[in-house]
Amino acid sequence: MDAVALEERAASLAKRSIKREAKVFALELAIRMMDLTTLEGQDTPGKIAALASKAVRPDPSDPQIPAVAALCVYPNLVPTAVARLEGTGVKVASVATAFPSGQSPLEAKLEEVRWVVDRGADEVDMVIDRGAFLSGRYAKVYDEIVRVKEACGDAHLKVILEVAELGTYDNVRRASLLAIAAGADFIKTSTGKLPGAATLPVTLCMLEAIRDVYEETGRMVGMKPAGGIRQAKQAVQYLVQLHETLGVNWLTPDLYRIGASSLLNDVLMQLRKERTGIYQSADYFTVD
Amino acid sequence: MTDLERTRERTPVPKDWTYAPAPEARDIVRIEKRYGHYVGGDWIEPSETYTTISPASEEPLAEVGQASVAEVARAVDAARNAFGNGWSEISPSERAKYLFRIARILQERSREFAVLESLNGGKPIRESRDVDVPLSAAHFFYYAGWADKLEYAFPNRRPRPIGVAGQIIPWNFPLLMLAWKIAPALAAGNTVVLKPAETTPLSALLFCDVLRQAELPPGVVNIVTGDGRTGAAIVEADGVDKVAFTGSTEVGKAIQRELAGTGKRLTLELGGKAANIIFDDAALDQAVEGIVNGIYFNQGHVCCAGSRLLVQESIYEPVVEKLKRRLATLRVGDPLDKNTDVGAINSKQQLEKIQELVASGEEEGAEIYQPPCRLPEKGYWFAPTVFTNVAQSYRIAQEEIFGPVLSILTFRTPEEAVEKANNTPYGLSAGVWTEKGSRILWMAERLRAGVVWANTYNRFDPSSPFGGYKESGFGREGGRHGLEPYLELE
Repeated sequence: MDAVALEERAASLAKRSIKREAKVFALELAIRMMDLTTLEGQDTPGKIAALASKAVRPDPSDPQIPAVAALCVYPNLVPTAVARLEGTGVKVASVATAFPSGQSPLEAKLEEVRWVVDRGADEVDMVIDRGAFLSGRYAKVYDEIVRVKEACGDAHLKVILEVAELGTYDNVRRASLLAIAAGADFIKTSTGKLPGAATLPVTLCMLEAIRDVYEETGRMVGMKPAGGIRQAKQAVQYLVQLHETLGVNWLTPDLYRIGASSLLNDVLMQLRKERTGIYQSADYFTVD
Repeated sequence: MTDLERTRERTPVPKDWTYAPAPEARDIVRIEKRYGHYVGGDWIEPSETYTTISPASEEPLAEVGQASVAEVARAVDAARNAFGNGWSEISPSERAKYLFRIARILQERSREFAVLESLNGGKPIRESRDVDVPLSAAHFFYYAGWADKLEYAFPNRRPRPIGVAGQIIPWNFPLLMLAWKIAPALAAGNTVVLKPAETTPLSALLFCDVLRQAELPPGVVNIVTGDGRTGAAIVEADGVDKVAFTGSTEVGKAIQRELAGTGKRLTLELGGKAANIIFDDAALDQAVEGIVNGIYFNQGHVCCAGSRLLVQESIYEPVVEKLKRRLATLRVGDPLDKNTDVGAINSKQQLEKIQELVASGEEEGAEIYQPPCRLPEKGYWFAPTVFTNVAQSYRIAQEEIFGPVLSILTFRTPEEAVEKANNTPYGLSAGVWTEKGSRILWMAERLRAGVVWANTYNRFDPSSPFGGYKESGFGREGGRHGLEPYLELE
């Protein structure tokens, strides 16, 4: 990877000017691709219940607004989320494998994965062992992903690289290819627990790895930037980048997700602005 | 499939995403119906005029003057008077002040200039906004800084201005080339008669307004418009001490012949047929971006464009595949649309030249690829084009096309890459793409090109000298070197 050129390309794509119907399209797509996320020590069943309602119907005053793709929670809250979302089409994603650090024995990680899948999680967001990766023990990282994938069964596996800890784009690319080879359905930038989470260049770097795999094998792997995407404008930039790197075939929640905790209301606000021509106060959008 | 079924109740996945038009507002810039020549700080009524158009729509924009020998002589006289009556005498820090002022006004009025540049020249607003105008201002800032430090630039050589500089600039970067020419000339204490290209006079004429705003003394910069006849008149004018020309090699040679034995100084920045060399260890996706930027930037109307791609044979297929796919995402169309990547060809004449050379490429046996793209019906357009199966002997590998046309050749070893890259009458620029630092240096030592870019392309900075070897010209613009042609050095 050449860092300067990669960052230039990402910056140049971010300058696209997306207006009117093209913008509405992007904003609605961003909602349908959103993994609405809460990963706090203070999460409670009550909080999850509220967020689940928001996930199904983001804007109660506008039935045209689609549901988000998934609700992303900690393992303990999976049963609550499953109970609330059953039959709504919104999936339940659970972080696992000693999220966010990944510093636990493999058996404990696998047990955690089986536990959340047994309780109905549709998707598992695992973290790679960065300690092993940075010390060059790639086989360990690979084996662990393979084992987690087995433990997932039918559940979709998203592999979090935690790019902020990998240090270079070369490492990000290497980790992307490793995760894909080990069976990841999605690769994901970050846990959201560190500064310097998802950025446009790092996401582009991962999209290029996905593209190379697709060219080589025909296999379509999904992408999930997460962490730091708070504004509708950013979401549109990510989608433009996706569109111009992997093409329209990737413009689906089956292959792209945006992990976010506070993005949704800004997208709703922008959508209402596009429809009515005026900005509404934040008080008109529910906080959950 | 099971996954798709599970999501069936949701809104279906769309098949396309068309960006809505996002045009930059055109009314920010005021275009006069008719322009004269800017001589001695005033507009003089032209004896003859022609119509300048927008190449994207063929719509007429304004009437501009076709300067005669007499009108050029008036401009040269004005420049001589200004030189003799103060400009060469005022303190260098005063000269710097004017240049700083011009730079700041250019920044303040950047949107006007960007829109006008795209309108009259056909280049995408994304480029005029992000490259042409900011770099033009940067050149004035940079040379403003040198104006009172010439003794430090050339120690013990007593730098003095030459006199009147006659400057003739091309149509590919009208404002930027004006800045490249005027900024060092003024910083060194000269006065100027400048002729913008026939097809793109408007930004230079708007620049006269900047000169007035900056209160530059009358006659220090004079701008006359017209075709090659006006250019010839400037070259031949008695009062001109130095000629600076950027343009075609053919005209450059004619100027050099004309000036032989006259004692007038000359610098030429002419054509190019640069090689962009991709080694098998390069970061391929980034190299592909560099290739695209190298040849499709400004529709390939760039003298240093990377028009010959030399790919190491072992990565030929992935590079060509990636390049073709990338080409399909280039957005060709309205130069004023903020999402346009490739704009209009500058003139009918240039379009015909491109068409002729591309036809010759097909005839000689090269394989042509153009991505599917709908070109506007009016105006001058040419789709981004790639030629594969190109031999070094084909005209498309030898002659400067000056359009969005790339010829791909292969090489096996670094020696072969150098040999092929240097096998051209030109020598303006080259690009090297490799992750290996030592190879970059090895290549840079051997490439006969004025600029060698490593893992990047078409990167410009006022502090970096630019100029060519062989038929690409002589003299350097930019940096400390760019002052030299405008100074008498003892």
